[in-house]
Amino acid sequence: MAIKVGIPKSLLFYEYYPLWISFFEGLGAEVIVSDDTNKEILDIGVKASIDEACIPVKIFHGHVINIKDKVDYLFIPRIKSLFKNEYICPKFSGLPEMIKSSIKELPPIIDVEINFFKSKKHLKDTVIRAGRYVSSSNRVIMSSYNRAYLEYKKHRKKIKEGIINELTGADIVKNNIVDVRKVMVMGHPYNLYDSYLNMNLLNKIKQNEAKVFTPEMIDDKYLNKYVKDFDGELYWTFARKLIGTALYLSHKECVDGIIYISTFGCGIDSVVGDIVEKLIRRNSRIPFVHISLDEHSGEAGINTRVEAFMDMIKWRDVLEDNISAHG
Amino acid sequence: MKITFPHMGNTYIALKVIFEELGAEVVIPPKCNKNTLELGTLYSPELMCIPFKITVGNYLESIEKGADTMFMWGGCDVCRIGYYNTLQKDILQSLGYEIQMFCLEPMKNINDVKNFLKKLSFVSGSKNYIKVLPIFIKGLRTLYEIDELDDLVIKIRPRELNRGAVDRLYSSFKEDVNNANGYKSIVETIRRYKEKLLKIEIDKDKEVLRVGIVGEIYTVVEPFINQYLIERLGNMGVEVHRSVTSSEFIKEQLDFIPFLKSDKEEVHRGAKPYLNTEIGGHARHTVGNTVLYSEKNYDGVIHLMPFTCMPEIVAGSILSIVEKDKDIPILKLVLDEMTGESGYLTRIEAFIDLLLNRRESKFYERDISWS
Repeated sequence: MAIKVGIPKSLLFYEYYPLWISFFEGLGAEVIVSDDTNKEILDIGVKASIDEACIPVKIFHGHVINIKDKVDYLFIPRIKSLFKNEYICPKFSGLPEMIKSSIKELPPIIDVEINFFKSKKHLKDTVIRAGRYVSSSNRVIMSSYNRAYLEYKKHRKKIKEGIINELTGADIVKNNIVDVRKVMVMGHPYNLYDSYLNMNLLNKIKQNEAKVFTPEMIDDKYLNKYVKDFDGELYWTFARKLIGTALYLSHKECVDGIIYISTFGCGIDSVVGDIVEKLIRRNSRIPFVHISLDEHSGEAGINTRVEAFMDMIKWRDVLEDNISAHG
Repeated sequence: MKITFPHMGNTYIALKVIFEELGAEVVIPPKCNKNTLELGTLYSPELMCIPFKITVGNYLESIEKGADTMFMWGGCDVCRIGYYNTLQKDILQSLGYEIQMFCLEPMKNINDVKNFLKKLSFVSGSKNYIKVLPIFIKGLRTLYEIDELDDLVIKIRPRELNRGAVDRLYSSFKEDVNNANGYKSIVETIRRYKEKLLKIEIDKDKEVLRVGIVGEIYTVVEPFINQYLIERLGNMGVEVHRSVTSSEFIKEQLDFIPFLKSDKEEVHRGAKPYLNTEIGGHARHTVGNTVLYSEKNYDGVIHLMPFTCMPEIVAGSILSIVEKDKDIPILKLVLDEMTGESGYLTRIEAFIDLLLNRRESKFYERDISWS
């Protein structure tokens, strides 16, 4: 019987799922992913975790409880740093400990430390340590990782494909297709793609005749180019990506509106959200709204704000720019 | 150049020594008060942690008093302290103040110390940073003296025979030390008061509760944020021990220097079964010190953290098993600008009552109710 590896569908799963799933499947394990976030998962997560934690971490607790009895191993890596000289968030580094202390009767946890703060040299060690739980052959582990990495790259490419051209605005303006509005939704990937947490926000925008973009659709090389203009040190990966996106957008002005999603109590958003808002308001004329989410899931409030924001964008088309300055 | 810095407990006395010896004019911000917090909250991002809000308030009040150069400790950690100076600069500049800011980065090796000394020498106007070194050491010595005095105060306070004797002495110390200038007279003042403290009549054999305080350094050290917790506990007859102090913190930062020793390894040993890695802030210390307190048979632990503090949330989560494993009661207090005094006091009093009852039932014959 194949070893069952459980992966909670939460936090950085949304960024790395092709890599993680195909890595363990390549080793011959059966990968069990938790259900989509739902009310039950949210409720048990909120109950199990510490009160002060942010909602994504609480939901993570719920996902762990959702699959813990069905699997032999749980994959909860300690993600400290993904890029050189950058951290993620203290809660990500302490995640295995948080889970162990709040949830009882857990299967063994694959809690390898992913730490590329100094360099990516020991990537191989990290991969082998994670794979050892399932396979004993280093060769099999590495070849499975290489194949999984290709999957991941394909996935990244799919996200970016064609979209970056649209974002720079070059093609669209030339072809005079202006009837589709473009809205950038910014935030951490686990806030953007968890449609229960954000109350289906992306679809709500689509229903309002607008195209949705996310920071992942912008190529890293553009982000890194613009982020150099930022005055100050950026040592969080999320901060670099989001502030880079903000600088890029305020420079190109290629979207019609920006919605920033944050969660209540998120330490990173308290800093980054503020910087992004100031950058966009100072350097551009793009409408901006900051929506903060928590476990009190009142959908009407979100609906009202999104609709008002979209209406405002639509009025801009009619009311502004069309009046000749010469009378 | 009029230099200022944010308050963090009594650290200002050491900073005053350093900058005065360097020949700069020092503007000490008014003691943290309600106005500081309100000013800070007004201009800070909404969900920012409370130390940030207080420091912004300190700067604004100092600027009113004429300061034009800000000093800040900060640097690159996993938590948001490293973004403090970027945001603060931005806030102050958008308010229209023309100020200069320089920041103390965390020191990891001798080179970092050199860079810091170079920054300091810019304050004095001289280019020779070697000359700054003795001044820096004078500042450190002052810091140690003050923390020693504070440790003495919290030891004596619960045992004093005349209620309020320590507090009266301490407030006159504050007055004297604020009027003193320069390293020599400040250290003399501290030592003089140390002697006076030792002369206070105490009940040596008094059985007192012992409570350890763990948590984020700013909330532990700054009495305005923790609502004078240490003073209050002392007056309730509880001996308090602070696990994080500014002098211990600096020792840990500088312990690559051979002759400096810190308790870091001991703390890490304590934390090992629960959290065997650095995750930023003081999380590892919080867990480690709680374990150490339980080994030293303390009656209880109070865990202080600012609202939304990321490392302390992880620590708080872990403390829930430490509490059960080591059988030590832990009270978690989350502090922000909304913290109301009465609710806070009620919780502390209830916790102390619990500890008293626990001690009676654990170590003495169980009291039988007379009613």
